[in-house]
Amino acid sequence: MFKNVVRSKRFGLVAAIFVVLFILPLFVPRFFVYIFALIYVTSLLAMSLNMVVGHGGLFQFHHGVFYGVGAYAVALMLTKSSLPMWFGFIVGPVVAAIIGLIIGWFCVRLTRLYFGMLQISLGSLIWAIVFRWYSFTGGDDGIHGIPMPSLISSLNSSYYFILIILVICLILMYMILKSPFGNTLQAIRDNSQRCEAIGINIKRYQLGGIVVATFFAGVAGVLFVVLERSVFPDLLFWVLSLEIFIMCLLGGWFTFAGPLLGAAITVALRTFVGRYTEYWTLILGIILILVIFFLPEGVMGFFQDLFKPGTKKVAERGKG
Amino acid sequence: MLQVESLMKSFDDFMAVNGANLTVDKGEIVAVIGPNGAGKTTLFNLITGALKRDRGRIVFKGEDIGELPPYEICKKGISRSYQIVNIFPRLTVFGNVQVAVLSHQRRSSNLFRPAQGIAVNETKSILESMGLSDKEKSIAGSLSHGDQKILEIAIALGNEPELLILDEPTAGMSPEETQATMELVKRLANQRGLTILFCEHDMDIVFSIAQSIMVMRHGQTIIQGSLEEVRNNKEVQEAYLGGE
Repeated sequence: MFKNVVRSKRFGLVAAIFVVLFILPLFVPRFFVYIFALIYVTSLLAMSLNMVVGHGGLFQFHHGVFYGVGAYAVALMLTKSSLPMWFGFIVGPVVAAIIGLIIGWFCVRLTRLYFGMLQISLGSLIWAIVFRWYSFTGGDDGIHGIPMPSLISSLNSSYYFILIILVICLILMYMILKSPFGNTLQAIRDNSQRCEAIGINIKRYQLGGIVVATFFAGVAGVLFVVLERSVFPDLLFWVLSLEIFIMCLLGGWFTFAGPLLGAAITVALRTFVGRYTEYWTLILGIILILVIFFLPEGVMGFFQDLFKPGTKKVAERGKG
Repeated sequence: MLQVESLMKSFDDFMAVNGANLTVDKGEIVAVIGPNGAGKTTLFNLITGALKRDRGRIVFKGEDIGELPPYEICKKGISRSYQIVNIFPRLTVFGNVQVAVLSHQRRSSNLFRPAQGIAVNETKSILESMGLSDKEKSIAGSLSHGDQKILEIAIALGNEPELLILDEPTAGMSPEETQATMELVKRLANQRGLTILFCEHDMDIVFSIAQSIMVMRHGQTIIQGSLEEVRNNKEVQEAYLGGE
């Protein structure tokens, strides 16, 4: 009984937040609408990374590549082909997932840091291709002024589109996290050796997790194009991958919504502190150090611990 | 059911297992004993595929399983528990066992159905038979050591094994816990018709529940036989039983 009440309360809170976000464009200036939309896109990207990092325990160091691939795929579809525009929106995530499958297929053969190193190398390879292939990808100029379907061509309508897709993706991600597949992935993170001993082919599940995560990264890439109408090679650069990794850390990578919060904090810092100094990353760095020292479970993890006494100790013991 | 023949495994220059022989018949409880470093855990790691053999044969139900990866061996019907607690510390007690049950039922790759409602009865019945029902919602990492060792066995049962391998199931337990755990193991063997292979330091326990004992020393099998045969074997007395 009690549990149901808590749950419905939490559900009510989440629903209320989204209602506020939906009517937001009616009250705030255009600039904030844009910033919020950017936060949604970045959140989705960070959440997709967290599926493999926080819940899968994989060192997916170069997740930005799949974001960039999704964005480039839709951008190229919209500018270079005469296929229906909406078709490109599906192609983006699918291409990202295929690239995820290919890179992942090699990476899951290695573990931990070696996994991460190989991923950085293979990801950088794709960045280099995009960066150099002027005739196809536009090289370091990128592609600008990408046409959008008229339904989502204004800032407000693209805001709504992004928010709706974000909500759908969050629901899907939550379902996946709570499914047998999600549980198995978390079990592999906790103890891969034991998982093999209970009959789980861990490489297959890790690869499955990567494909799902890269698909959602591709969705985020598509949403970026919807918002910005341009793509550039920085989307696939390792700096961005590091940034989203930090978002997961910052928000709390063992929580579901943590990366969302981490993304919001990072984008807000970049926007509002970045206005005064280009060294905003200095402040991000200091915050990150403080978080690691004082809130090892991330900001979201800290709040969860506040409301659920007893879990903090567990987390500490879990590491031992 | 399980035959191990002249099994060898070396780590660099050290022969951890150097000619181990073992026979486990269906429904039997077999103990492996031997001093520390005799190669018992390595032997179990070889049988379950965690390590690859150098030479020798491991035959389970008429099939050589020496080259199979651990997850395939598990699917053939061999489950194990570990000497050092090896659970999923961040999952609940229920979740720990459920992961194994889901894997056994080949439902682990289901993406969109909530796991909450799948394999609940099977999981609960295992928790109940292990006496962990009242702790099913606890996070596994927060349990006492004794309970974690019990959970260790419960996870192994999730795969409904035919052969259950227990690597020092009572390591680190108090004498009372040890007693209770071994009675539990005995009851499980009866109830579920399990074949059990285990290793244990406490000779009283070994002689009270095992039907057949295999003695190892320096990675080598000295003898396998009934309790009487082992007790009366001169070499065993010298090497192990009498030496203490």
